[in-house]
Amino acid sequence: MSAPSLNVHGIWAIYRAEMARMMRTMLQSVATPVITTALYFVVFGGAIGSRIQSVDGVDYGAFIVPGLIMLSLLTQSISNASIGIYFPKFTKTIFEILSAPLSFGEAVIAYVGAAATKSILLALIILATATAFVPVHIQHPVWMVAFLVLTAITFSLFGFIVGIWAENFEQLAIIPSLVVTPLTFLGGAFYSIEMLPQPWRTISLLNPVVYLVSGFRWSFYGSGDVGVAASLGFTALFMAACLAVLWWIFRTGYRLKP
Amino acid sequence: MSPPILSVSAVTKTYKTGFTALLAVDLEIARGEIFALLGPNGAGKTTLISIICGTVTMTSGQVLVDGHDTQSAYRAARSMIGLVPQEIALDIFATVWNTVSFSRGLFGKPPNPAYIESLLRDLSLWDKRDSRVIELSGGMKRRVMIAKALSHEPDLLFLDEPTAGVDVALRRDMWALVRRLRDQGVTMILTTHYIEEAEEMADRVGVIDGGRLLLVEGTAQLMRKLGKRRLTLALQQPLAAIPPELADWPVELAADGQELVYSFDANAEDTGIPALLRLLCENGIDFKDLDTSRTSLEDIFVRLVERAA
Ligand SMILES: Nc1ncnc2c1ncn2[C@@H]1O[C@H](COP(=O)(O)OP(=O)(O)OP(=O)(O)O)[C@@H](O)[C@H]1O
Ligand SMILES: [Mg+2]
Repeated sequence: MSAPSLNVHGIWAIYRAEMARMMRTMLQSVATPVITTALYFVVFGGAIGSRIQSVDGVDYGAFIVPGLIMLSLLTQSISNASIGIYFPKFTKTIFEILSAPLSFGEAVIAYVGAAATKSILLALIILATATAFVPVHIQHPVWMVAFLVLTAITFSLFGFIVGIWAENFEQLAIIPSLVVTPLTFLGGAFYSIEMLPQPWRTISLLNPVVYLVSGFRWSFYGSGDVGVAASLGFTALFMAACLAVLWWIFRTGYRLKP
Repeated sequence: MSPPILSVSAVTKTYKTGFTALLAVDLEIARGEIFALLGPNGAGKTTLISIICGTVTMTSGQVLVDGHDTQSAYRAARSMIGLVPQEIALDIFATVWNTVSFSRGLFGKPPNPAYIESLLRDLSLWDKRDSRVIELSGGMKRRVMIAKALSHEPDLLFLDEPTAGVDVALRRDMWALVRRLRDQGVTMILTTHYIEEAEEMADRVGVIDGGRLLLVEGTAQLMRKLGKRRLTLALQQPLAAIPPELADWPVELAADGQELVYSFDANAEDTGIPALLRLLCENGIDFKDLDTSRTSLEDIFVRLVERAA
């Protein structure tokens, strides 16, 4: 008997189970970002935006849309993927994944694919919510989708690593709340880094999220804080780094197998 | 003889704590047999099973499943294996049907609702197919674990203490299932602390302690080789000491001299019982009752472990 070279049924089984798990909590996972986004629009778009007028020739309310979507995309990708792999570790059901004729790469495709799918869906829902508040138009829709997908996959990979690394729920929560949210807020989601005084403007260029938000905003309005190439290059670099870490985890069985 | 379905050679496991849980274990399992792994708590049974199934990495050694190396050809090896672990671990929010179907897919098999249905019916889970796992009793959860392990029609099934904490009815069902699977040609390796079960069900037993496989032997041969029978005579008059006439016989007094116990080879042509009874009669030692029993695998096991210690 020869086993197939790619366990398609296995990938599909995990992907479906993950999507089902996320659907069970769909209400809260949709409601939270939608409500938060609506609040941002009221506070930043309505209250503050009425004084700011426009940034780079874009209405402030519309200006913050890409940043808001990125904020949700990053946090959701990380939390979906990290919980996805942490939960089986916690409930010990991971034994089944480890004993299955499934390669590590296939497991990554399934878990990361499901996490990225859900965060992209959420991003689109937020985009739809945003159009209810401000006029949003997208100059480069193909690039917009490309940035969305690339970022979702990259940060789901990152979340997957966090989920493998985490040994308790506190560690699971610490990366998104302690690292990602601050970086996103300081990453030009609500302002153009041009608006910052020096040296903060230069320091901001060390923040990876700046590149993501900037590239994404470019796909909407045709301008960003840094070049598109730099944005894409950075995302690709981060993805490569995550893949390298995953490869190392696979080689060593780090925190998966005793 | 056909090649073994499982071949374990020189498998050693040292955990990160530095503790060596298995030391150069060699084991071959023939296709279609039921093998019972016996050993006290912490002997290394679960560790051995986990290494074969791929959930624990081995420090050194090699495992072949039907000739497929579990490391280099893990796909082929693992798709033949079903594992029912010692502890219940389930996604409690999934339904019975979904979690069993999930396992089948995970092991690379296309969906087969008819097979899953027959499996759930066999395990008396059909009525619960749409229930979420969280709504099931402990025994039902254990059945779900078995259904998951069988969902991809494995050739080699591991049952790690399948009857621990299980009621009499479920235990009986479990053994009926084991027999049915055996008839279908499934090879089974199980661990149990209920030695009667191993004695009754297994074709061969292995005794493991302190990470070493002390003995592997056919259950019947083992019973024959190490098994003793005992004749217990309840005496009319208690004896203070063994009478000199019986000095050459392997007899002992028990129950404060109320009983005379004679041990003999379970398989000997001549048990010596008639001669002993005649001798007792000649010496005026009367008895009111007699009983014979054979040593269980449990006695043998205890003896082996004590000897190794
Ligand atoms: N992850 C681990 N890290 C360190 N030591 C471990 C680990 N898992 C098991 N051990 C040790 O290895 C030894 C064998 O454990 P194992 O679970 O294989 O025993 P067992 O024969 O299955 O026992 P039981 O009958 O209690 O299930 C024990 O001493 C145990 O403490
Ligand atoms: Mg055990």
